[in-house]
Amino acid sequence: MKNILKELYIPVVAVLIAIIVGSIIMLITGFNPITAYISLFIGAFGSVNNIANTLANAVPLILTGLGVAISFKAGLFNIGAEGQYWIGAIVGVWIGYSFTGLPWYIHIPFALIAAMVAGGLWAGLIPGLAKAYTGANEVITTMMMSYIAIYFSHFLLEFGPMMDKSGTIPQSPVIKESAVIPFLIKNTQLSYGIFIALAAAIFVYWLMFKTTWGFEMRAVGYNQRAAKYAGMNVPLNMVFSLGLSGAFAGLAGAVQMLGVQHRLYDSFTSGYGYTAIVVALLANNHPIGVIFAAILFAALGTGSQYMQLNAQVPGQMADVITGLIVFFVAAHRIAEVIKDLLARRQKKEVKA
Amino acid sequence: MKEIFLNPQLWAATLAMATPLALPALGGTFSERSGVVNIAMEGIMLIAAFFAVVFAHATGSAWLGFLGAIIVGLIVALIFAWAAVSLTANQIILGMAINIFASGITAYLLNTMYGFTGTPTDTPMLPTIEIPGIKSIPFLGQVLSGHSVVVYLMIIILFISDYFLFHTNLGLRLRAVGENPEAAETAGINVIKLRYLGVALSGILSAMGGAYLSIGVLNSFNPDMTSGRGYIALAAMIFGKWTPFGSFGAALLFGFATALSMQLQNTAFSKNIIMMLPYIVTILALVGVGGKSVAPAADGVPYTPKK
Repeated sequence: MKNILKELYIPVVAVLIAIIVGSIIMLITGFNPITAYISLFIGAFGSVNNIANTLANAVPLILTGLGVAISFKAGLFNIGAEGQYWIGAIVGVWIGYSFTGLPWYIHIPFALIAAMVAGGLWAGLIPGLAKAYTGANEVITTMMMSYIAIYFSHFLLEFGPMMDKSGTIPQSPVIKESAVIPFLIKNTQLSYGIFIALAAAIFVYWLMFKTTWGFEMRAVGYNQRAAKYAGMNVPLNMVFSLGLSGAFAGLAGAVQMLGVQHRLYDSFTSGYGYTAIVVALLANNHPIGVIFAAILFAALGTGSQYMQLNAQVPGQMADVITGLIVFFVAAHRIAEVIKDLLARRQKKEVKA
Repeated sequence: MKEIFLNPQLWAATLAMATPLALPALGGTFSERSGVVNIAMEGIMLIAAFFAVVFAHATGSAWLGFLGAIIVGLIVALIFAWAAVSLTANQIILGMAINIFASGITAYLLNTMYGFTGTPTDTPMLPTIEIPGIKSIPFLGQVLSGHSVVVYLMIIILFISDYFLFHTNLGLRLRAVGENPEAAETAGINVIKLRYLGVALSGILSAMGGAYLSIGVLNSFNPDMTSGRGYIALAAMIFGKWTPFGSFGAALLFGFATALSMQLQNTAFSKNIIMMLPYIVTILALVGVGGKSVAPAADGVPYTPKK
């Protein structure tokens, strides 16, 4: 219990400081932060439908967040979850609309597994092998692969091989009925995909903490040299962890396609890949923590739309608060600095 | 195909497109040479682009807008430096934090300050410059003359940067701090101060790049208008092997890819394939095709001074 409290200390304090700084910004720009936060909360959790939409928003964040958390645990910075998400979405949608006559219990798993493999290869093959065998910084390679993935999707959709030929809008055809993950609550975005996300979190927890493979990944992340002397294959571990990380981001893309969008639209960003980094960070890379962190940021997302309509506060306040949370989590030593300052001042006062 | 390459507009656009990449790439060179990975350049560019419009419109002077943008960019860079250098926080995560914050706060302020109609249409723009002599040379004149003043400023800064980094004492110290901070400190160099300097320079140059986008090319601000240029600049810097001229060359290459994809908009060849090239080239450079790009040894590693 004491351990859990200790783990929660940094994220909770960071969220509180971010809320306070957000209030100051709202006050300066002429809004009442209390009514803003109340409408944000109502928007996120005020009714069954709102809760359902918040949970629906959390699904891709849980899955991409798990992916990023795996890489962080293994000491690698996969910041290209966005690109792996797109690759998963492309493969998921393609299988979803181009295969006919499959029963749902084959069609859906087929699309999901293929998307995981594609996302895994996207992260593991080039950034993973490059990191393991040439030392190329995975921060840059995964980011570059993201841009390549997004332009690849533009190429496919903008008068390319995946464009729906029946119209002139750059979007893919709609997936077949047999590939649709059904909605859990009508008139909301929440599909049975939520159970896939929750199961994935439990699976990652088991993998990271209860298996030898997970132990090796964490060991390599914790101290590469020691892991090497203990006889672990460090390069292979890196390729696998980045691949696994990409697989979950790819799964996120496919679940979003089969469960919510049902077709791929042309766009510059899904936004999930970047928020995933924030989710993993706030969760301190713990798979179960990822669920709660994803719900928090999903709530900020759905709540902020309601806030814009009802309190007239621009919805981008959600991004402001998100950025502040990450900043204060990363710079958690601020607390020590403030403590130091206070201690020094007290000393001075004592002397005086 | 041939007439596309003979069109001076393509080459003029290459230079214009390279400028908002070259400025932050030069900035990133300073920051990373001192040992700090500054992903926050993307966010600093965006915030600067916004405040360039705010100050330019409020004062009626584009130059004061430019100056204001640089000051705001510098402040954000110093906050980043404080957390990254003094508090030894993770530089990548801090950078992401600032970028998310920047995207949110600029769109938020755009709405609260100017409403949903966007920034005022009477915002002044930085001047363009016609170079006498060169201007009248056929082809070359159309490529090199008539650009925004920031383009020429960038060229001047390029030469100064190279001189500063490789031919001055301070430049040598800055590089020493990024390679081996322990040794540098033993030699009496203040590691922390020089890292602040490196990050501050990256903030100033990124801010110039951002201001160029909002009051150099246009006279308005749009949400997320930097569209990843801060990240692409990082790639250019790496492809340029952490040198000013290398960064500039890579920025030109990336600018060329963008300019070409715009020219190819109406041809059968997909512009999206062209747009992928800079990223593919960067990965190849990192992996070691055509001479490996190697980062400064202590790049991205926080340093705690020995007491």
